[in-house]
Amino acid sequence: MDPLAAKYIGAGIACIGMGGAGIGVGHIFGNFLSGALRNPAAAGAQFTNALIGAALAEGLGIFSLVIALLLLFAA
Amino acid sequence: MAQGIDPIHQFQLHDLAGPWNIAGHEISFTNSALFMGIAVGLITVILLAAAARGALVPGRLQSVGEMWYEFVHNMVQNVLGHEGKAFFPLVFTIFSFVLFANMLGMFPYFFTVTSHVVVTASLAVFVVALVVVVGIAKHGLGWFKLFVPSGVPLVILPFISLIEVISFLSRPVSLGLRLFGNMLAGHIVLKVFAGFVVLLGSMGLGGIIGSIAPLGMAVALTALEFLVAFLQAFVFAILTCVYLNDALHTHH
Amino acid sequence: MSQSTIVVAEATTEAPAEGEAPASGEAGHTTEGTAAEGGHGGFPPMDAHTFPSQIFWLVIFFGLLYLLMSKVALPKMAAVLDKRHKAIEGDLAKASALKHETEAAIQHYEKSLADARANAQGIATETRSKIADEIEAERSALEKTLSSKLAEADSRISATKAKAMQDVHEVAAETAAEIVSELTGHKVSKEHAAKAIAGLKG
Repeated sequence: MDPLAAKYIGAGIACIGMGGAGIGVGHIFGNFLSGALRNPAAAGAQFTNALIGAALAEGLGIFSLVIALLLLFAA
Repeated sequence: MAQGIDPIHQFQLHDLAGPWNIAGHEISFTNSALFMGIAVGLITVILLAAAARGALVPGRLQSVGEMWYEFVHNMVQNVLGHEGKAFFPLVFTIFSFVLFANMLGMFPYFFTVTSHVVVTASLAVFVVALVVVVGIAKHGLGWFKLFVPSGVPLVILPFISLIEVISFLSRPVSLGLRLFGNMLAGHIVLKVFAGFVVLLGSMGLGGIIGSIAPLGMAVALTALEFLVAFLQAFVFAILTCVYLNDALHTHH
Repeated sequence: MSQSTIVVAEATTEAPAEGEAPASGEAGHTTEGTAAEGGHGGFPPMDAHTFPSQIFWLVIFFGLLYLLMSKVALPKMAAVLDKRHKAIEGDLAKASALKHETEAAIQHYEKSLADARANAQGIATETRSKIADEIEAERSALEKTLSSKLAEADSRISATKAKAMQDVHEVAAETAAEIVSELTGHKVSKEHAAKAIAGLKG
């Protein structure tokens, strides 16, 4: 296979990981919202935790993006 | 190729003064350094101006300064408790620096300091190294119990410890790359959509009409990027607090 | 969609050409914008030979910012907030003191009001009883005079009655004597007739 083509394919495959991060972040905020609607009084205090969780989940997606960028530009 | 369409060009560093060298390493004053300086200057000027009058009933600028101060103060207070007081200036500095670097990057033709992995990784490594130093200074070697959770059967303890160590070591990586990746990806996407507008706009009437959609998208993405710029600064600061919390209280 | 692939392709096709560039083009990088783009490592954030400069300036500016914040700006800000906090606390304390004062005044007022009310009630009952006493006294005096007058009238009536009775006896005696003398021609003395009538009455 052409190495250049392999590089692009690899970058594309690496970006699938971002979809997982999207699912994760969606889960976090979805569950936060359903919890917040059940108990709105406690929601405000937990919003920070939701953000931390979202950031942690998103970070993993960003890893795959960085891998893709590395493949595209640096490798 | 027109540089307006190349989404990578915006991350280019230029020497503004130099080239200077220290011990064989190039330390020229680049546009990155310039915008770091601008961020530092803006933060200092705004805060000093806000605190200058010290009015009992705050004006607009003073309100901004106080909100800013109290926002970070509450964050440190909530996560670190009373012992976190010593770290408040540090967290404030990190939050303000990252926030202003991100926000400055949102201006057209401005350089985004935090879109370079060295900067964010340096900050992240600094934070995690500080966690280690503070933890050992405060708890001695007992701090390493952080990696040995209590109440775990002896058989699987090595594995758990290994996982804890790996998760700890991945902190600087994730902390730095998250900020870097968010800023980089956001700016690339913005540039790509803006590039569509330019490209379509040069294709005559049909192209101009067709470019309305990517233009709207670029506007929406700009709003999103402002949110991301703030959120990532907040996340960076609060994760700094959370990690410092491990150094202060070994609650495992 | 095709544009984005073009863009990426453009950015990357330059990469192989500049793959060897970083080693040689170290001194002459930058200055002119577009040309410099091809001048060194394809992807600027990953371009390792800008790292020392960025770290160096980051350390300088971050350290400077930390010093400015921790030594100048934040203490000032804290002083302003502290001042406000103290002022608010002082005002609140003053307000609560004033409130206490007000409450005391209200209590005092209510107490004096209750006192006055009790006073008024006392005066009213006193007056009422005094008036009642007076009325009673007057009534009893009136009754006394009335009863004395009644008694007087009674005695007068009985006196008059007795006198009238006396007169009747005299008249009867006279009349009887007259009648007897007329009928019998005997002169009957008045005393005799009176005696006879008294015996009749017996």
